[in-house]
Amino acid sequence: MEQEEIKLMKGNEAIAHAAIRAGIDGYFGYPITPQSEVLETLEELMPWETTGMVVLQAESEVAAINMVYGGAATGKAVMTSSSSPGVSLKQEGISYIAAAELPALIVNVMRGGPGLGTIQPSQADYFQATKGGGHGDYRLIVLSPATVQEMADFVGLGMDLSFKYRVPSMILADGVVGQMMEKVVLPPVRPRRTEAEIAEQCPWAATGKNGRSHRNVVTSLEMEPDKMEKNNERLQERYREIEANEVRYQEYFTEDAEYLIVAFGSVARICLKAIEDARAEGLKIGLIRPITLWPFPTEEIARLGKQVKGILTVELNAGQMIEDVRLAVGNELPVHHFGRMGGIVPNPNEVIDALKKHFKI
Amino acid sequence: MNPNDIIKPENLVYSRPRLLDERNTHYCPGCSHGVVHRLMAELIDEMGLEDKTIGVAPVGCAVFAYNYIDVDWVEAAHGRAPAVATALNRLNPDKFVFTYQGDGDLAAIGTAETIHAANRGENIVIVFINNAIYGMTGGQMAPTTLLGQKTATTPYGRRADLNGFPIKIGDILAGLDGTCYVTRQAVHTPAAVRKTKAALKKAIQNALDKKGTSVVEVVSTCNSGWKLSPAKSNQWMEENMFAKYPLGDLKNV
Repeated sequence: MEQEEIKLMKGNEAIAHAAIRAGIDGYFGYPITPQSEVLETLEELMPWETTGMVVLQAESEVAAINMVYGGAATGKAVMTSSSSPGVSLKQEGISYIAAAELPALIVNVMRGGPGLGTIQPSQADYFQATKGGGHGDYRLIVLSPATVQEMADFVGLGMDLSFKYRVPSMILADGVVGQMMEKVVLPPVRPRRTEAEIAEQCPWAATGKNGRSHRNVVTSLEMEPDKMEKNNERLQERYREIEANEVRYQEYFTEDAEYLIVAFGSVARICLKAIEDARAEGLKIGLIRPITLWPFPTEEIARLGKQVKGILTVELNAGQMIEDVRLAVGNELPVHHFGRMGGIVPNPNEVIDALKKHFKI
Repeated sequence: MNPNDIIKPENLVYSRPRLLDERNTHYCPGCSHGVVHRLMAELIDEMGLEDKTIGVAPVGCAVFAYNYIDVDWVEAAHGRAPAVATALNRLNPDKFVFTYQGDGDLAAIGTAETIHAANRGENIVIVFINNAIYGMTGGQMAPTTLLGQKTATTPYGRRADLNGFPIKIGDILAGLDGTCYVTRQAVHTPAAVRKTKAALKKAIQNALDKKGTSVVEVVSTCNSGWKLSPAKSNQWMEENMFAKYPLGDLKNV
């Protein structure tokens, strides 16, 4: 059996190591706090000398995402990473990637906004990531890591899902997960795909005709409305398929729960500690942590909604995911939000206090 | 002599290039795009590059270039073609990658991508159609619009105090260490077409030889945007455009 490699590193560093090990072909990025360690680590590791992976510091986030678009158009596994203001800049390119049905991985290590905001952690880009972000009707597969281990694991998972559906994936991490150091078992090494494998798996890729009788054109432009509507319908069908097959979540203490917390990313871990403390006081609280923010675990939350007396969402924002929770459970059940903004991370006591206040328990 | 007697394959001296689709283009009669498309189609075939060429189409009149030249294409967002081409070539270094861009795409919205791709010396060819106007959107001011030139957004003529100056982006690109060849040509006469073809051929060879970025600027006409006949457009171009954008090599190393 292969020896497990256990390392201590930051979430951002884990992304870089995992990218090389997952056989990613190219990374294109631009420095921005709190995720610059991704690009720095890749440059330090020089994967072009080992796996042949291309690493390039672009002149802007706009250029970086368009490099991702170009690389993806040739069937390569390509990715970028940034933080909130930079991800806003990438939205045009993300829309093009989604529209051209290209696989790609985008990492957003969120910081507090709006505007230049702060470099401290936040989850205020939930709407942007899960509802579209750029122009047009499109979705991203959005993965929410809560640990450094998941930062590493979601690189390969995000890329695999993206290739499976030809829908771009996003790792939506809060700044805490990007910056904190934890033990991580690095994912197994898998080789980059060969040109022959790409030609076989991505018959749509613009690689040069290479003996093909027809040309491949990667574009999102279609001037005829009936064809453009069909393109949209094809995307929507694929999104329904993803909603049916790819919902991921984790439940904690839900069997006997009378109240439910919904939280994602590092906040879910704070809430878990709060629940352990609350249970010591006799309060039966459960937690559901959506791992995919889109597709959202709507059915699971609806099921738990029938069991509990109320739901509290805890987020590093003014209340964004709460809208999806409300859509899941309807108007009968009380659903409240507790959040901190501007880069402040709540402690478990604040979570318990918020529960007691909202539900008068 | 009956003309039909000489219409024989062995007498053929000029025909549609094999890689140029047999279909009408959406370009206006008299537009320079068709000639430059033809030259690229001829060269890709003549240089044996059909199987390894990836073109990057811009946003602008040439957005549909992929409908005409029979090679693989990627359609870029407005101005982003050099960033797209960067990744195409970095990830596929044995391919021939070129962008085909207009003045608005290359010298306004895409200035950063153009300058940085050229400054990195990406092994690509940038074909730059400079007709001093936005054609596709209906004749608005371009970064290269001449002072005094009337457009839809400078209806009384471009004024330096209101609109700034026409940008000589070719000269800027020639000043960058990453470019190996920057030239300014035109396609308004048979002689000019031959020179442009030679320039494009040199640029393509530079990319294959990994010498850095080559830029072929083609000073072009937009007779519909300029509201002149094709013949008068050529004349206006010679009298006005060539003064600001003189033809010839800006850099050749």
